[in-house]
Amino acid sequence: MLRIEKVEITLGSFRLSADMTLEQGRKYAVIGPSGAGKSTLLGALGGFVPLTAGRLIWQGQDITQAAPGARPMTMLFQDNNLFPHLSVTQNVGLGINPEMRLSAEDRSRVTQALERVGLSAYADKRPGALSGGQQGRVALARVLVQARPLLLLDEPFAALGPALRNEMLDLVQDLVAETGAALIMVTHAPDDVRRIADEVIFVAGGVAEAPQPAAALMDNPPPELRDYLG
Amino acid sequence: MAQRADPVTRNAGMTAAGLTVAVVLAACVGIVSRAEPGGFGPGDGAAIRFTVMQALLSAGFSVVLAVPLARALARRQFFGHGMLVMLLGVPFILPVIVAVIGLLAVFGRNGMLNTVLGTMGLPELSIYGLHGVVLAHVFFNLPLATRLLLQGWQSIPAERFRLVAQLDLSPRAVARTLEWPLLRQVVPGAFALIFVICLTSFAVALTLGGGPRATTIELAIYQTFRYDFDLTRAALLSLVQLVVAGGAALVALWFIPSVGIGGGLDRVPRRWDARGGIQRWGDVALILLGAAFLLLPLGAVVLRGVAGLPMMPASVWQAAEASLGVAMLSIVVLLALALPMAGWIAGRASGGVEAIGLFGLSASPLMIGTGWFILLNPVVDPVALALPVTALVNALMALPFALRILVPRLRDTLREYGRLSASLQMRGWSLWRWVILPRLRPQVGFAAGLTGALSIGDLGVIALFADPDRATLPLQMYRLMGSYQMQAAAGAAVLLLVMALGVFWICDRGGRWHAAD
Repeated sequence: MLRIEKVEITLGSFRLSADMTLEQGRKYAVIGPSGAGKSTLLGALGGFVPLTAGRLIWQGQDITQAAPGARPMTMLFQDNNLFPHLSVTQNVGLGINPEMRLSAEDRSRVTQALERVGLSAYADKRPGALSGGQQGRVALARVLVQARPLLLLDEPFAALGPALRNEMLDLVQDLVAETGAALIMVTHAPDDVRRIADEVIFVAGGVAEAPQPAAALMDNPPPELRDYLG
Repeated sequence: MAQRADPVTRNAGMTAAGLTVAVVLAACVGIVSRAEPGGFGPGDGAAIRFTVMQALLSAGFSVVLAVPLARALARRQFFGHGMLVMLLGVPFILPVIVAVIGLLAVFGRNGMLNTVLGTMGLPELSIYGLHGVVLAHVFFNLPLATRLLLQGWQSIPAERFRLVAQLDLSPRAVARTLEWPLLRQVVPGAFALIFVICLTSFAVALTLGGGPRATTIELAIYQTFRYDFDLTRAALLSLVQLVVAGGAALVALWFIPSVGIGGGLDRVPRRWDARGGIQRWGDVALILLGAAFLLLPLGAVVLRGVAGLPMMPASVWQAAEASLGVAMLSIVVLLALALPMAGWIAGRASGGVEAIGLFGLSASPLMIGTGWFILLNPVVDPVALALPVTALVNALMALPFALRILVPRLRDTLREYGRLSASLQMRGWSLWRWVILPRLRPQVGFAAGLTGALSIGDLGVIALFADPDRATLPLQMYRLMGSYQMQAAAGAAVLLLVMALGVFWICDRGGRWHAAD
């Protein structure tokens, strides 16, 4: 489990505080108004935004100061999740070894991951030759080979159409079910929450509130959340 | 999102920057160790005055002439527009001595201009002396100023011109509302840049100047060194050069615009103003004159040179080989210095470190050469090191331009892919190998090409160090000119031109060939 202990983030005049525990194998949706700090929260978990106070504890170990790549998580950003100058295989391979030194076994893992997301035929293509949905699948194939216990999604599929986005979210759901990873995803769409989340982290007014069961919360939202949902 | 600078990159960057500063400082130490007060010769005061005077005139003429030319290019679309704008970039990598041959063919004693004047019974014009030096500097820097101004003109959004047409403003009103604010922004920077470049001019003064009334400090250093072998006076002159050029460069640093050498300048936004006959024909005349000023000397080089190719002695080919070697070495040195420095600079929030790159500009080549000669002289024979020292100095001269090419793209790369790289634990060499170098390939190719071309065409330090057995192609060409073998020199000029443009083209193309994106 990931313990987010009395965390404070200050960026200029922006402040966000969070105190919660995230369990393994659960799926969390992070929702809230624009600018409330959803992406900032994920950035802080991923090691891209420094904490002004508090600690992050993973399985009893303090990871507050750990470098982004040394944390037990993979993160997909809103954009730039793939290197455009590298092939699909190379992009996935970097998830196994950052110097791209791949053993025969590593290479077969890459091949398997690409098979799993249905892109075997595109192994040697560059991302530019792929559609948006296919690019998302390449990023997910890399998530598969990285096999970290936490998966953070900062709206990587926001630019896709509704049908394609649902398809990607279904794939994400299958992948976390297979790997047993916890999923923490930012979303704007209440439908996404109902579709995939077990619990909801509501971010507003400078506070990321502790997770609450998704179904109950969405059926009977407190006033702040109701304002946001409209 | 702020990305912590990679420690590996930072250390390498600081080492490279430290080396750069050390090379210049060592030269200063060498100079100061020999400079004694009161060692000035008779013509030295005149040299200082001439240096500043010709730089002021050159920068002034270049900028003043560039304003109408850039305006004409910015508002007229015509067949060959893109080609002409591209050709405006050529003087930047054109070997000085090649341009001099071309200018002599047009403006020299037997040149086209004097032939025309002669048939009209008018007196002959001489290209030697102050006006020749200024003419050559304008030939090099008018295109540079024009490109800088054109860049400014194109930063005016097309919507403004639509508004101008809507309001039916007169040409004078357009000038006041759109063009005057722009000029006020760009002109001081362009003037400062050209002034600094001309202060350290050597090859132009060597070929077209000389004598007590047309000697720059840089040329005086060379003459003191070469003819009198008076190291004390050479050191003193170098010190003066350091103060004058270095001081000017430091002051100019606040004005100097970013030198955009890339493409995109050939766009002409749709304009609705300036349709009148006078303005239209004025622009046409300006563009024709500008193109002729640029193209006639270049054409003359090629015409005369091709005929001279068979007359070239074997020493020319030897020198060409040496020049290629020097250029390759200086590209390697440049990349070894510029890449880590760019990595370090791009990782920092503020770009103050970029100033170190300008060290190369403020320190003149002959000053560095003199300093190092003094240092090396007691230990080894400096002549034996003529070519490596030339390569090193060429790399230092290209460093500020290379940094301006590399840093913005590197900064973008870190901004776009820094997080992804960090989340994949890519650091140090793996970050350079898999992310930075592939993404920067076009910029690396461009910087390498620029360095190679500048180095191949450079006639500077080599003139100090070389003996009769050792010469680069520009020096060999100068020797041919000095012994009045003008046809052979013209042949060598074509060879030099082909080599400089060829090295540039190969590196630049190589960088962009199959580049991702």
